[in-house]
Amino acid sequence: MAVYRRTYTSYSGPLTPSWSRSLVLFRYSRRKLFQSKLQTALFVLCFFYPLACLLIIYAAHNLSFLERFGSDGGLIKIDNKFFLYFIEVQGVLGFVLTAFTGPGLISPDLAHGALALYLCRPFSRAEYILGKASGLAIVLSQITWIPGLFLFAVQSSMAGAGWTWDHLWIAGSMVLSSLIWIMVLSLLAMALSAWVKWRIVAGALLLGVMFFGAGFAQAINAVLGTHSGHFLNIVYLMATVWTSLFGVTMEGTITPSEAWLALLVYCAICFALLVRRVRAYEVVK
Amino acid sequence: MSTVIHPGAASDTSGPTAAAPQTPVIELQGLSVRFGKRDILKDLTCSLRGRAIGLLGPNGAGKSTLINTLLGFYKPTSGSARVLGSDIRMETRRIRSLVGYMPENDAFISKMSAVSFVQMMAELCGLPPSAALERAHEALFCVGLAEARYRELGTYSLGMKQLAKLAQAIAHGPKLLILDEPTNGLDPSARQRMIRMIADIRDSRQLQIVLCSHLLRDVEETCEEVLILNRGRIAHYSNLEDERKANKRFLELETYGADGDFTEAIEKLGCECAVTANRLKMILADGVEVRDIYRIAAERQVRIRRLNFRRDTLEDIFLKAMGS
Repeated sequence: MAVYRRTYTSYSGPLTPSWSRSLVLFRYSRRKLFQSKLQTALFVLCFFYPLACLLIIYAAHNLSFLERFGSDGGLIKIDNKFFLYFIEVQGVLGFVLTAFTGPGLISPDLAHGALALYLCRPFSRAEYILGKASGLAIVLSQITWIPGLFLFAVQSSMAGAGWTWDHLWIAGSMVLSSLIWIMVLSLLAMALSAWVKWRIVAGALLLGVMFFGAGFAQAINAVLGTHSGHFLNIVYLMATVWTSLFGVTMEGTITPSEAWLALLVYCAICFALLVRRVRAYEVVK
Repeated sequence: MSTVIHPGAASDTSGPTAAAPQTPVIELQGLSVRFGKRDILKDLTCSLRGRAIGLLGPNGAGKSTLINTLLGFYKPTSGSARVLGSDIRMETRRIRSLVGYMPENDAFISKMSAVSFVQMMAELCGLPPSAALERAHEALFCVGLAEARYRELGTYSLGMKQLAKLAQAIAHGPKLLILDEPTNGLDPSARQRMIRMIADIRDSRQLQIVLCSHLLRDVEETCEEVLILNRGRIAHYSNLEDERKANKRFLELETYGADGDFTEAIEKLGCECAVTANRLKMILADGVEVRDIYRIAAERQVRIRRLNFRRDTLEDIFLKAMGS
């Protein structure tokens, strides 16, 4: 390596394909995520519940193990509800992880004007957003639908082809419900990260949108005597979509299609906020 | 009304600019940019081919807007522009792959080390990770940040941040380096270092430079061509190299022991002279060389203490452009 060279030299080596430039941001985002011990610990913590589920699936298929506790095998049922709970628990953990990692996605680039340096390269705003989002999305995938599919595969191998064939839709529901949650979380975290300079405030706002949104929704319902307040509760909307995807009935006043629509509107708002902010320079008119 | 300038064509035949490339570095055709109801750039037309081009103008003249428009950050309202032969509307990606850009304002990620930052920026230009790392080290050595390259950028002084910005601009080996106010906020010695570095990069002859500044000395010390903008219009174009050559006919002598005889002898050669105290200003006639002046001085035992080629400084040119 010619680091002793003090003069400028041009570069004439090979170049990577242009489609792979977003992956650069993904790699750097991921490296940054695991630089923090707290975030690494949180990430590891997210695998405890899948491990517990794995043991439950094993136990459900191991009669001698259950008989030791006096059970006839009907105590643990591996069905759509089991996987719905899995996605719900992992979804909450994913949200906590996002509250820690999400705010640091874009705000450091905006804080000191680094966006101009990204965008003066052969690299578009869409690729920038995609690269940043993919870092979070892949981490969230690793704790939601990927272990979910692994559990489904373990259950399939133990329950046989008949069960697998009858319950194959659960695998699709797991992937779809996880992807919606990942999209909502990623866009919300990135929009907040783009508009709020301070990481801690952005993290707090993310928690606020979820928890205070729920409280505010209840207050509106109580005061106005309607159910339209639920549209402000992202967690409620998400639960409505999840239960419909997993074929579980949920007592609610919002239909799944309304919940889908509301989530799409939230995503569109977040995306618009994000696009508005991700610019090399602000044009003052 | 537009200002049409074709400096490249004029300088293609002689001097250092003879080696200038056929494709203009920047070619503007009636380029206008408007933000809201305000015209920022008005009908700019020119073609620049020099190795180092200075964009001069007072604050708010439109220099940075022009650069940002060339990089595709702002859309032109009308007209067109080409950078190294590529259209700014249709080939933004290609232009950006050929350009290294050092912005005017702060541009860094505070929690990143300089080497990681420059490596990432080079990777975004398409360099494979290993090559990007090697180039990042080289660029940081080149700008003089070798010792501090593993430190976080947030801990850098202002001068070091400017150097880090320069390093990220050259790491991927661009064909054109655009420097927007590179000496902003630097103390005199840091400014001198930065100017020397820009001159070194220019002299490597591996890339062309566009330097945007409102500091005349920065441009004078580094550039061959100067485009002066004022209120969004081209106020003046000047090829400094040509100016320097043209002004070699103007001489200013400081003498000791000169009398009317000495001046008369020079005038007999056909030169126009003007005497002030012990100074003599003259315009050399065709066929008369400086050595002829020395010969006459030696014959009359006149001592020449100082001999200057008097020329308009960039400040003169700038003030004239602003006045017009």
